[in-house]
Amino acid sequence: MNLTELRKKLLAAARAHPPGGDVPYAFEKRVMARLAEKPALDLFAIWNRTLWQAVAPCLAVTLFLGVWTFLAQRNDNSRETLAADLENSLYAPLDNQTETW
Amino acid sequence: MADSAAVDRTDAELIAAVLNGETASFEPLVKKYQPRVFATARRYARRESEVEDIVQEVFLKAFQKLRSFRGDAPFEHWLMRLAVRTCYDFLRAHRRNREMSFADISDEESDWLERFGADPSDASEHAAAARELVERLLAQLSPAARLVLTLLEIEDRSVKEIAALTGWSLSVVKIRAFRARAEMRKCLEKLAREKYL
Repeated sequence: MNLTELRKKLLAAARAHPPGGDVPYAFEKRVMARLAEKPALDLFAIWNRTLWQAVAPCLAVTLFLGVWTFLAQRNDNSRETLAADLENSLYAPLDNQTETW
Repeated sequence: MADSAAVDRTDAELIAAVLNGETASFEPLVKKYQPRVFATARRYARRESEVEDIVQEVFLKAFQKLRSFRGDAPFEHWLMRLAVRTCYDFLRAHRRNREMSFADISDEESDWLERFGADPSDASEHAAAARELVERLLAQLSPAARLVLTLLEIEDRSVKEIAALTGWSLSVVKIRAFRARAEMRKCLEKLAREKYL
């Protein structure tokens, strides 16, 4: 079977019979009635919209805190002091073995 | 009388009135353009209830998005873009319902194919069986393929027009048209295999 010819023939059939534009009686009234209806409260849509609205502020806060922490750590050597303090506190009971009161 | 006065108003006047809160002015717009939208929807949906749902959806969307209509192109073009995109959404939502086989074609369609196989000029494209077959064929294509083939091959639109209607870029339209033709060829091969081998 010549498939190219079949394709052409079938497409010609579709072209030769375009669908009609018949409209059901008073269809425009139905559309207008739908427009007049109060929109139903869609909780999922509200939740979804709120989440999307929260994306930008959350990203901005995360970015700000990230930059702030990074800069603070670069200019501050208190981490070493903190580590030393922690070590001293942990070993304090061992260092003071002679004091037995 | 009030109705005829509304019909006499231009699209721009009616749209301005709707945007000013006069919802009733949308009705003449629906009345004027619904035959075009119905004809478009019938290209993609077979059942009349589905066609009505699509058309209703188009006008509801048009009302909701009317503020985004800038007025630099005719309202009809804007509405038809909306209609085509709604039809595409419909096709995507109903893609699972696509028929997967040609096994259930009617006797008339089978006869038409046999006549075509014997002598292509003997099978008329005006036959109802040919229309049924092309419907069946289009129903087997993917949503994008069906949309692009309908616009390009059946409605004879240019690539540029299709890009404007669908919102796809020119290169995407060309690629999808290429794939759609290949998809259709596969479907035709399947049809020939199932019916003649």
